[in-house]
Amino acid sequence: MSDAPKHQLKIENLHVSVGDKPILRGVNLTMGHGQTHALMGPNGSGKSTLGLAIMGHPGYEVTDGSILLDGEDVLEMEPNERARAGLFMAFQRPVAIPGVKMADFLRHATTNVRRPDRKEGEDLIPMREFRKELKDKMQHLRMDVEFARRYVNDGFSGGEMKRAEILQLAMLQPKFAILDETDSGLDADAVRLASESIADIGGREKMGLLIITHHDKLLEHNPPEFTHVMLGGRIVETGGKELAEELHRSGYDRIRTAYPEAEARNQEMLNEETAV
Amino acid sequence: MTQTTSPPSVAFDAEGFQAFLSNRQEPDWLSDLRRQAWDHFEAMQWPERRHEEWIRSDLRLFQLKKHQLSLAASDDTEVREQLTGGVDLGGQVTSVDNHIHTDTLAEDLAAKGVVFGSLDRLVNEHSDLIRKHLFSAFDPDYDRFAALHAAFFAGGQVLYVPKGVVIDRPLHIDSMLSNGGSDTGHTLIVLEEGAEATVLHESHSPTSDAGGLHVGALEIIQAPNSHLRFVDLQEWGHKCNHFAHQKARVGADASLQWTIAAMGAGFAKVNQTVELVGEGASSQVNGVLSTEGRQHIAYHTLQHHIAPNCQSDFLYKSAQQDHSRTVWRGMIKVDKAAQKTNGYQRNDNLVLSNTSRADSIPGLEIEADDVRCTHGSTTSKVDAEQIFYALCRGFTRNEAVRMIVIGFFQQIFDRITIESVREALGRSIAQQVRDYE
Ligand SMILES: Nc1ncnc2c1ncn2[C@@H]1O[C@H](COP(=O)(O)OP(=O)(O)O)[C@@H](O)[C@H]1O
Ligand SMILES: [Mg+2]
Repeated sequence: MSDAPKHQLKIENLHVSVGDKPILRGVNLTMGHGQTHALMGPNGSGKSTLGLAIMGHPGYEVTDGSILLDGEDVLEMEPNERARAGLFMAFQRPVAIPGVKMADFLRHATTNVRRPDRKEGEDLIPMREFRKELKDKMQHLRMDVEFARRYVNDGFSGGEMKRAEILQLAMLQPKFAILDETDSGLDADAVRLASESIADIGGREKMGLLIITHHDKLLEHNPPEFTHVMLGGRIVETGGKELAEELHRSGYDRIRTAYPEAEARNQEMLNEETAV
Repeated sequence: MTQTTSPPSVAFDAEGFQAFLSNRQEPDWLSDLRRQAWDHFEAMQWPERRHEEWIRSDLRLFQLKKHQLSLAASDDTEVREQLTGGVDLGGQVTSVDNHIHTDTLAEDLAAKGVVFGSLDRLVNEHSDLIRKHLFSAFDPDYDRFAALHAAFFAGGQVLYVPKGVVIDRPLHIDSMLSNGGSDTGHTLIVLEEGAEATVLHESHSPTSDAGGLHVGALEIIQAPNSHLRFVDLQEWGHKCNHFAHQKARVGADASLQWTIAAMGAGFAKVNQTVELVGEGASSQVNGVLSTEGRQHIAYHTLQHHIAPNCQSDFLYKSAQQDHSRTVWRGMIKVDKAAQKTNGYQRNDNLVLSNTSRADSIPGLEIEADDVRCTHGSTTSKVDAEQIFYALCRGFTRNEAVRMIVIGFFQQIFDRITIESVREALGRSIAQQVRDYE
């Protein structure tokens, strides 16, 4: 359908601080409809910070710049409004919510995201309809349906947490999803399964994907149109798929040497981190 | 407009006691008990502020002379029946300010010798039976509230289940207070050997901001191999004073599952005791405390292991909002003879505001040497990261907090085996959890 709306997520000159500590220092990144972007960079360069700022984490203060989703000012929105507007993040370390079953959590989440105007207390998606869809999606992801009865992330293994995030991605069908190391802590088989699942979900739903990863498998299955390299809170280089391949092959030495100022800033942030 | 005359009522003083007594139709032995209790009451002092049970609950906020006991029925009845949704009942007793409105028992149960209904009525019909058990698990000299209760108790309910009789439908007790009224109800439950029953008790006021006084007592006496599930949903108005002594004595190989949900009352102090008196007895207590506004709810629990090889498992979860406060003081007491005791005690608190407070004091007193007792308490706040996570999935802040609070209580719900009770508690908690900004 060529006349379906085209979505765009546009980040301009984004500055983000935690407390009074500046982390991101002018990030520019524009994602078009259904595009896949890889976000790479050494530890502590600011990748997760970018994701959390896009979602509106209260600890990450935007001090300058803008984020627009289809021209709408995302920074004016509460995190739940951002979710309802079509933004999603699969967290690097999702928190547990003891006593709340995955299925109940997801039914509520799915209803709210699909019906952005829903008021508190209004009906949720009918149970039967929801169960069927959830079961289908879980089978597709080769997840045991028992999983839906467990408490959100409570006592999950690293791999289970990541798969639970992918399940949420599949249910919520956002316009743009940030996947923060959704392939970390998984064994080779699990990485392959996760990679295939994401390719499947992302491709089918024509989602924009911002993939933060240190491995090549996820990008093999989800070849990026663009690769961005972050260092010291800035995107220092942007290229195509071949840039991701180069970094996987040769690491970040070339980048660190080419951008000494950003590298110094990256080291500084890491040192501050250990000093805290 | 018709003129309403308020029913005659008496103060909790010497004159009031005489008027109350002369208004009773009951056996002499009971009146004698009351006179004795009243004498004791007059001789006793209110608990000292330094007393361990009152150090955190300021009794100066309570004035007995502000309360009255009505001697005639008011017609202010609104049965709420939170616990009985979709449940086929074996019998029901409802009352307002001690005055019985409904008093029923299914014929098939009566035919099996089950006695259930108003204590005021049954103490005349089954005087010897009740005399045998009354105050066997309640100590009228425990403190001045116990003495006051023993002198003035009225209304109330009795359940007696004969040997080997299994009651398959729950029995329901609904105690209501009019705004400003008093309830001095006494509940006596006796299960003979091998008997089984489920009792659902709820108490409430016409509105959540109503005042009044409850000075109550509950006695549970379980003969060997009997099994009881007892549920107590307390939703007195938030200006009520609520004082209760509750004790169960559990015999050999008998089991008790006791669920309490304390949601109401402005100032509450409850002593809840389970005595394991026969070898192999077991008890599980599930406690939910949820407070808001300026509510103060204090629970003093005792799991007293008297016989060997018994089990007690007490789990309390409390959530505090606004300026409210809960006090939970738990004690596992193991007598010298109670070898092979397995005792567990835990209180988890979720503090939902900066101005609310949870005091949680677990304790062990162990004289036997071969026991396994564990206890613990935790106090936490709703985690900002949990809220952010839920917001990122489209929840509003209120929905997120409500979900997290209900999740906090889920461990208790998972232990409750009666569906209508699980649902009622879930509803009750969801209603109380405030909107958050
Ligand atoms: N909540 C936080 N508190 C303090 N420092 C933080 C916080 N979040 C991120 N940082 C700092 O910001 C820098 C970037 O972190 P992060 O975005 O997690 O990097 P990456 O995801 O690229 O590894 C690091 O130096 C880290 O210490
Ligand atoms: Mg990270």
